[in-house]
Amino acid sequence: MAAGRARGEKYSVLLPTYNERENLPLIVWLLVRSFRESGSHFEIIIIDDGSPDGTQEVAEQLEKIYGSDKILLRPRAKKLGLGTAYIHGMQHATGNFIIIMDADLSHHPKFIPEFIRKQKEGNFDIVSGTRYKGNGGVYGWDLKRKIISRGANFITQVLLRPGASDLTGSFRLYRKEVLQKLMEKCVSKGYVFQMEMIVRARQLGYTIGEVPISFVDRVYGESKLGGNEIVSFLKGLLTLFATT
Amino acid sequence: MTKLMQWLFVLALLGTAWATLALGPLGHHLPLPCQQVLHPFPAYLLVAAGCYSLATVGYRLATFNDCEAAAQELQEQIKEARMDLWRRGLKF
Repeated sequence: MAAGRARGEKYSVLLPTYNERENLPLIVWLLVRSFRESGSHFEIIIIDDGSPDGTQEVAEQLEKIYGSDKILLRPRAKKLGLGTAYIHGMQHATGNFIIIMDADLSHHPKFIPEFIRKQKEGNFDIVSGTRYKGNGGVYGWDLKRKIISRGANFITQVLLRPGASDLTGSFRLYRKEVLQKLMEKCVSKGYVFQMEMIVRARQLGYTIGEVPISFVDRVYGESKLGGNEIVSFLKGLLTLFATT
Repeated sequence: MTKLMQWLFVLALLGTAWATLALGPLGHHLPLPCQQVLHPFPAYLLVAAGCYSLATVGYRLATFNDCEAAAQELQEQIKEARMDLWRRGLKF
């Protein structure tokens, strides 16, 4: 995409990590390959929250391999949560677009060129990956998890009418200033945080494009969906329902 | 107006319309079959909404894609990535 270079577009990927020693090199490798193939300007900002498993040490090796202009290490001393990780990473981002994704390989970088294409196509402020549309989908979920996911998604759509099909997903591309603005407004945590971002974006009149993605549940490490998370999801949903 | 307010507004509107027709004096002028349909109308609506919800979630559940190919492709790429990173001197 030579046009992207000419217009000076640059994409900053924010990768918040905690104990991702196994996955980090793989996701970085896939990211670099995806960006090189599409020819876009990029940087990867790794925000490690003091992982005890040596994620930081692996990140330093990656910085040496790919160069400190491509891999930026911006660690924090301890686990401080996703929202502040984005704020922290964004302060160091030099791109005009920010891509947020999980570092556990459930989000595949091959979709990023599609995000970029979509963004250009509609001049969108946000492009959101969606598991619930078109060729989108999941891998590694049992029936119970699928029922919860589909049920929660349906209730959310009915109550909030957000104009986007995947509210709890966290694979998205934002214009930098849009993400900055949204981060100032959003207060929730966890799944609800991702949901609030879209709801607030609609309120502020930002445009949202969608790209179907396949979500491959964590290859290494544990993925969790407990009763606690369902309860806090419902609480968050009702809060958004009553306040937005 | 919050989403909650929108819901309450529409529900209040429908509720008042129903109450005036079904319970109020206006309803007595309607023909008997109409009255008979009108009375349990909220219950019908509730059941219909429930059916629609179940059918929609059920359909979406049944058509939820299983991305077998994507998972397989990822496994191949992980092998490739490991090899390449190892050649570049990364110590896992």
